[in-house]
Amino acid sequence: MTRSFEVGGAPHLPPRLTVAKVMLQVLLALLPGILAYAWFFGPGVFVQILLASVFALAIEALMLGLRGRALKPFINDYSAVVTAVLFALCIPPLAPWWVSCIAMLFGIGFAKHLYGGLGQNVFNPAMVAYVVVLISFPAAMTAWLPPLALAEHSLGLADTLTTIFTGRVPLAGGWDAITQATPLDTLKTGVEAGRMVPEIRSAPIFGVIGGRGWEWIAGWFALGGLYLLVRRVIGWQVPVAVIGSVLLLALPLWLADPGSNPVPLQHVFSGGLVLAAFFIATDPVSGCVSDRGRLIFGAGVGVITLVIRRWGGYPDGVAFAVLLMNMAAPLIDRYTRPRMYGE
Amino acid sequence: MTASRQGGPAGAEGQQTGHFHGGLRLRHHKKISCAAAVERPPLPELLVVPLLQQAGDMAEPLVRRGDTVLKGQPIGRCQRGAAVHAPASGSVEALEDRPMSHPSGQPGPCVIIRPDGREQWCRLEPLSDWQNASPDSLIGQMQDCGLAGLGGAVFPTHAKMRDGRERKTHTLILNGVECEPWISCDEMLMREQPGKIILGARILRRALGAERVVIAVEDQMETALKALSDCAEFSESHNISLVKVPAIYPEGGERQLIQVLTGLEVPAGGRPSDLGLVCQNVATAAAVAEAITAGKPLIERYITVTGNGIAHPRNFLALFGTPVAHLVECCGGYRGDVARLVVGGPMMGFSLDTDAAPVVKASNCLLALTRDEVAEPQAEMPCIRCGECARVCPATLLPQQLHLQARSGLWKQAQEYGLTACIECGCCDLVCPSHIPLVDWFRYGKGELRKLARENAASELARRRFEDREARLQRLQQERAEKMTRRKQMLKDKTMQQDRIRASIQRAGHKGAGKPGGQIDVRADGTSDDT
Repeated sequence: MTRSFEVGGAPHLPPRLTVAKVMLQVLLALLPGILAYAWFFGPGVFVQILLASVFALAIEALMLGLRGRALKPFINDYSAVVTAVLFALCIPPLAPWWVSCIAMLFGIGFAKHLYGGLGQNVFNPAMVAYVVVLISFPAAMTAWLPPLALAEHSLGLADTLTTIFTGRVPLAGGWDAITQATPLDTLKTGVEAGRMVPEIRSAPIFGVIGGRGWEWIAGWFALGGLYLLVRRVIGWQVPVAVIGSVLLLALPLWLADPGSNPVPLQHVFSGGLVLAAFFIATDPVSGCVSDRGRLIFGAGVGVITLVIRRWGGYPDGVAFAVLLMNMAAPLIDRYTRPRMYGE
Repeated sequence: MTASRQGGPAGAEGQQTGHFHGGLRLRHHKKISCAAAVERPPLPELLVVPLLQQAGDMAEPLVRRGDTVLKGQPIGRCQRGAAVHAPASGSVEALEDRPMSHPSGQPGPCVIIRPDGREQWCRLEPLSDWQNASPDSLIGQMQDCGLAGLGGAVFPTHAKMRDGRERKTHTLILNGVECEPWISCDEMLMREQPGKIILGARILRRALGAERVVIAVEDQMETALKALSDCAEFSESHNISLVKVPAIYPEGGERQLIQVLTGLEVPAGGRPSDLGLVCQNVATAAAVAEAITAGKPLIERYITVTGNGIAHPRNFLALFGTPVAHLVECCGGYRGDVARLVVGGPMMGFSLDTDAAPVVKASNCLLALTRDEVAEPQAEMPCIRCGECARVCPATLLPQQLHLQARSGLWKQAQEYGLTACIECGCCDLVCPSHIPLVDWFRYGKGELRKLARENAASELARRRFEDREARLQRLQQERAEKMTRRKQMLKDKTMQQDRIRASIQRAGHKGAGKPGGQIDVRADGTSDDT
C-alpha cells in the first residue's frame, strides 16, 4: 500500500541556466558585430573564426584527455568557441593560419588548462592568445586591411583562403597592395610625427567618430552587449566603467591639447574597446566578483588602455589592460567584499 | 487596507518600508489547492507519532505498549522542548523506530497508536481568563500544550517567548508570508480561522509584554487579507496592523521579513529579539489561541497536499501521525509519473523515501512532483564565477567564494565570509548555470564549523587543564624545594648553634678557670639568648 520514492536534494526544481546556454548567448550577441566586420572587411573574419574554433576545440580535447577529464560536457559548453571567436576578432582577417594554431595552444592549452581548466584560469584565454601572437609575430599581426570601400583590390573568398593558407597574396604587388595601417595606428604615428589630429583625421580611413567601418562594427558589438545586459548575462558595471573611464580620462587630455589628442568618443569607437567592454573584460572567470570590484576592474581596463594608446608603444592596449587587471582581480575582490546581511 | 499607521519604535508602519537583497520570483501554483474547503480526513488505521518533532531534543516516551490513551493526553515529555500528545484516543500498539518525516531521512522512535474511533478527550485545562493570567503561566501552558513554530522550523514556542520576554520585545510579527510555491496551508488558515489567529496574536502579545502586532501577508492573498481585516476582533483599538508585502521568495524568511517590514537587519549571529522583535507564524498563533482558551494541545495542523502528481490537490486539517499515504488517498491518489515526494516546498523541502512517513508538527505541505518537473540529475560543471548566486542571495553573501572555501576546507575563511549567515533558501542553487549543489556544500560546511567549534572548545579545555596541572606541579615542586631549603637551613642553623654552644662552653671553660660559676643558660630547643 505504501510506496517508495527516490530521494533528492532541494531545490526540487530544474535549474534555470546551463554554462552552455550562457556561452551560446554570448556567441549570439557577437553575431551582429561579426556580420558587420565581414561587411566592411571581407570574408576573412569567417575563415579566422572557423580556424580558431577548430584549433581551440582540438586543443581543448587534447588537454582534457591529458588531464583525464570527461570530454563531452566540456566540449559541449562552448567556452572554447567563445575564446576562439573573441581571439579571431582581434587579429587581421588575412593572418596566416598557423597564427590561430599557436595562439590557441597558448590561450586554451596554457592559460586555461594548465591553470585548472574552465573556471580556474587567472588570465583571459583569448587575450593571452592574442598577446602571445601580437608580440611574437608583429608583421603578421599588423597586416590590416582597409575597409572594402577604400580598397583598390578586394579579395574574394578563394583569394582570402589562398592568402591565409599560403601566406602569399595572389595579386600583383603582394601584401603591400592590400594592407594599410589601422586608424589607431595612423593616429599614433601621425601624432608622433608632429601632425595635428584634425589633419590626421581628414584621411579617408576615418569615419564620423572612429575609423571608417570600425565605428559601425563597434556599434553593432555594443548592440550585442546591450542584449547581454538585458538578458542579465553580464552586469552593467564593467562596460560602464571601461567606457566611462576612457571618456573621463580622454576629456581633459583633449580639452588641454586637441592637436595631439582625439575627441574622447573616438577612443571609444576605435580599436577593440567596445568589444572588450562588453565581451572580454566581462569574462566572469578572470574578472572580479562583487559589483564594486567590477567597477574598479572596468575602470582599470579603461585607464590602462588609454595610457597605452596615448603614451605606450602599441596603437591599442586593450589586451594588455585586460591581462594586467586580471592580475589585480583577486586583490580587488579581497577588498571589495560586499557587506553581509546583519554585519 | 494595507496601512493602519501607528507610530512605534520598530518603524513597522503599514506600508512596505524596505526590501531585501536578491530573491527570486517563482511561479506560485497555490490556487489549485485553495479551491476546496479544509476538512479533517477520516481517521487512519494507525497513527505513527514520532517523538522528535521539534528543533532540539527528542521527547521521552510517557506511555508503554498496551497502554490506553485519551485524545490530547501527553505521550512524550521533554525537559527543554515541547511535549508530544496523543492525537486520538485508542491504544498504544507499539513503541518502535519508524520513518518519521525528518530531513535526516532516518527512522526514529515513534509511538504507534491504534485509534478507537471514540475521540475521547482527556481533561483539558484552559486558561480562560488569559487577560489576567501571568505571562509565565501563559508561556508554561504553551510548553505543556507542545507548541512549536508551525512555519516549518518547529522551534519550541515557549523558548522563543521566554527569550522575547526577557529581552523586552515591543513588536510581535505574525508571519503569514508563505513564500514557497505550492504551499497554501497558512493562506487557508487565514481565510478560515482569522479570529483565532488574532486572538492568538493578542495572547502572544500579552505573554511577551509587547505593545503591538504586525501581521504580514503576501499581496496576492486577497481573500485571506479580506478575511483578516473583516474579522470582528481586528480593529485599531487592539493595536494590530495588517501589512501586505510583495511575493518574492524567500520573503517569508524571518530575517528577510523583518528587513522588509522595518528596514532593520538582525545582527549577524543574533536573534530578532535583539531588535525587540519576535516573529511567529500565523498557524502558531492560532494554535496558541486553542491551547490557552480551550486547553487543547497541539495534535493537528493544516497541511497542503498538492502537486501535479496529486489527483485532487487540497488542504487538510490532519492529526499528527497520519501517514501521508492516507492523505494522498483522500485526495484521490497519485496522478501521473510521480518522481519525488517532498515535505515542504520545492525550494527548501526535503524528499521522503516512503509515503508511510507521518504528518508531524513541521509538515506544512506534501508535494508530489512528476518526472518532468523534477530537476534531472545534471552533470556538475566547474564554477565560472558568473555571480548569479551572489545577485540572488538574500543574505548578501558570495556563494561562489563560500563554495570554493568549502571545497578547499578553508573553514576559518568561510566563517569570515559569513557561511553561518546562510539561510539555505536555495536561490543560489536554482540559478547556478554549473549546477553546483551549493546549499548541500553550505550545510556540510556549517556542520564542519560546528565540529570545529566543539573541537576547539575541547582542545581549549584540554589546554587549560594541562596548564593548570603544570602550574600545580610547579607550585608543588617549588613548595617542596622551599621546604627542603628551610629544613637544610634549619639543620645548618642547628649545627651552627651547636658549634656555637660548644664554642661558648669552651670559652666558658676557659673563663671558668678564672671565674667559677659563669654558666650559660642553654634552652631545650637549642637556641640561646647568647646570640
